[in-house]
Amino acid sequence: MSSPTGGGTFLGLPAVPSRPPYGTGNLRGDRAFPEAAREELGNDQLRRNLAKATRTIRGKRLAVTAELPDWEQLREAGAAIKTDTMNRLPELLEQLERKVTEHGGTVHWARDGVEANEIVTRLVQESGSDEVIKVKSMATQEIGLNEHLESRGITAHETDLAELIVQLAGDRPSHILVPAIHRNREEIRDIFRAGIPGVDPGLDAVPAHLAAAARAHLRKKFMTVPVAVSGANFGIAETGTLSVVESEGNGRMCLTLPRTLITVMGIEKVLPRYRDLEVFLQLLPRSSTGERMNPYTSMWTGVTPGDGPQEFHLVLLDNGRTAALADRIGREALNCIRCSACLNVCPVYERTGGHSYGSTYPGPIGAVLTPQLAGMDAAKNDPNSSLPYASSLCGACFDACPVKIDIPSLLVELRHQHTERSGTTAEKLVMRAAAAVMRRPALFTAAQRVTAAPGRLVAGRDEVVSRLPPPFDGWTDSRDLPAPPRQTFRSWLASEEGAATLREAAEEGRRDREGRAAGREDDDEEAR
Amino acid sequence: MTSTARETVLGRIRDALALAGPGEVTVERAYRTGRTLPGRERLELLTGRLVDYRAGVRTCTADRTAEAIAEALRERGARRVGVPAGLDPAWLAAFDGEVRQDSADVPAPSLDALDGVVTASAVTCAETGTIFLDGSPDQGRRALSLVPDLHVCVVDLSSVVAGVPEAVARLVPERPTTLISGPSATSDIELERVEGVHGPRTLEVIVRTDA
Repeated sequence: MSSPTGGGTFLGLPAVPSRPPYGTGNLRGDRAFPEAAREELGNDQLRRNLAKATRTIRGKRLAVTAELPDWEQLREAGAAIKTDTMNRLPELLEQLERKVTEHGGTVHWARDGVEANEIVTRLVQESGSDEVIKVKSMATQEIGLNEHLESRGITAHETDLAELIVQLAGDRPSHILVPAIHRNREEIRDIFRAGIPGVDPGLDAVPAHLAAAARAHLRKKFMTVPVAVSGANFGIAETGTLSVVESEGNGRMCLTLPRTLITVMGIEKVLPRYRDLEVFLQLLPRSSTGERMNPYTSMWTGVTPGDGPQEFHLVLLDNGRTAALADRIGREALNCIRCSACLNVCPVYERTGGHSYGSTYPGPIGAVLTPQLAGMDAAKNDPNSSLPYASSLCGACFDACPVKIDIPSLLVELRHQHTERSGTTAEKLVMRAAAAVMRRPALFTAAQRVTAAPGRLVAGRDEVVSRLPPPFDGWTDSRDLPAPPRQTFRSWLASEEGAATLREAAEEGRRDREGRAAGREDDDEEAR
Repeated sequence: MTSTARETVLGRIRDALALAGPGEVTVERAYRTGRTLPGRERLELLTGRLVDYRAGVRTCTADRTAEAIAEALRERGARRVGVPAGLDPAWLAAFDGEVRQDSADVPAPSLDALDGVVTASAVTCAETGTIFLDGSPDQGRRALSLVPDLHVCVVDLSSVVAGVPEAVARLVPERPTTLISGPSATSDIELERVEGVHGPRTLEVIVRTDA
């Protein structure tokens, strides 16, 4: 069957896959990164919380990754398995579908978040329940499932501690692994006191007591709500096995106790073989929480009679993933296993926090994944077009990534694509003029002479330009510019002082060569 | 509707791969696999990891299984204990409390009324301190080892392997499998590890050194 929209034709040229509709889901903020970051940077408490948390996790991760002598070989294998997966995505997804179906599950396909939300809503309605319990899931956050369910009269209870904190506070997640990383214990105590019905008003800020309060609050939900919604860390094509990696046991509760389980999984989460788990079960926990292994991992294959949910639905989600796949360079971002190591080592994330990125996926990986999933030129002044610039390109993310995604190169590529697409701007005109001038030495010398003086004029007494006049002010928005020197290198070279320095250097070089030739009969370098 | 979505998504993937071409790759597994360690070293490594996770660990020989289980239950004050249908009844012979055999129709809230649960295990990874349950008759359904607050888990040293690849190789993929590394925990508050959230807050492991 041929399809009218979004490719899939068996005649003619392949089409670029379409992205999710503008304005749906949580893959775009309402303002550009620098603007959002400026506001977040003003929040001292946030910066202190983030600095403390990321410092802790960085130390843990380094300790447990250094412990494995084959860490680099595991990273190589992880990267290769993911690349192999992307190459064979159609056959692997069809195999996964076949295996899940064979074991009593039902597989659904969703072109975008809107369609996935509708599928999940229909399944919940068919179960007769008006509430669901949820395991922390990036995919359902990305498509805004909770909001959609709420609009249809279905209450979604987040059961992960951090997700619960975020939900009770009416907040947004700010980290892939620890969505409430921007909150400290006192803030969490206040959120629980205000948000959990019947909670002890004397609840203190001891983390163990806060965890106990969450346990008591959710216990009844686990025992009574008949439908759970989860994401998936891995889906094994070979066997139809799905896997969720977690810590608290809320995942096990949701995956085990309800009658119906609905799992929403991005199509890139498939892995070819069951054996591949031996790689990712080592890479993921050590990179994400800095533990040798996370407390709990659940693996299930379809439906098991007498054990766990007796109805299982798997929703396979595209939502821009195929658009990312169509970019030879950018598709590498699809290899991401959502460990969040890159967030924790990023100097930009550590200061601005996750909300500045405006997307479910913050930090370095978010800055490359978000524009590729949702696009960055989907509207005039698309906020996503600012994301590839939210980096100093220091490369710490590349070193930390367990599947070796070259995030800095992807950022540069996206900047290039954005510049190519963004038409004629003042900056582009200036660059073009500069290129023309630089091709002609005489013109370049003259230009340097005339720009040095005004340059020194806008600089302060500290020899730093902190604000250029328009249209160049974009450059100094987030960085200082050193004042131009009084004399350029070229004019110094042409001066008597420059000529004398050159003569001295030539004389020194001559003496040096003579010395070496005398000391050695056979001088390779001279002979060449 | 869904069949159309299926065709569309698969078509988009094929288009994407046609536009950009496949990536060059060979999957090389140069990491450590097939490792073996002497029994004493496996026991030492596993014990260290479990203690690190703040699980209780004790060792015994197979003929002392019942005493070791009874001791673990007594120490934690458990009076009402659930067991899977396939667990050797002799294992509970030294326990003087109430033993309830689980079945698929026992509702979850009834499991919540248990003080603890005793199960066997399928395989254990020493390097990460991870116990694998696979729903075999002596391990029971997943809810049984999840809802009660105390889990006493018997591990035979012969089923303890060195690393993750060795453990995964021993699994049966189609069985519902749970990996357990210590009691439930969270790092969600300031990334500080706190033991005890929704899963069993206490994990007691009994390693049988000659089984």
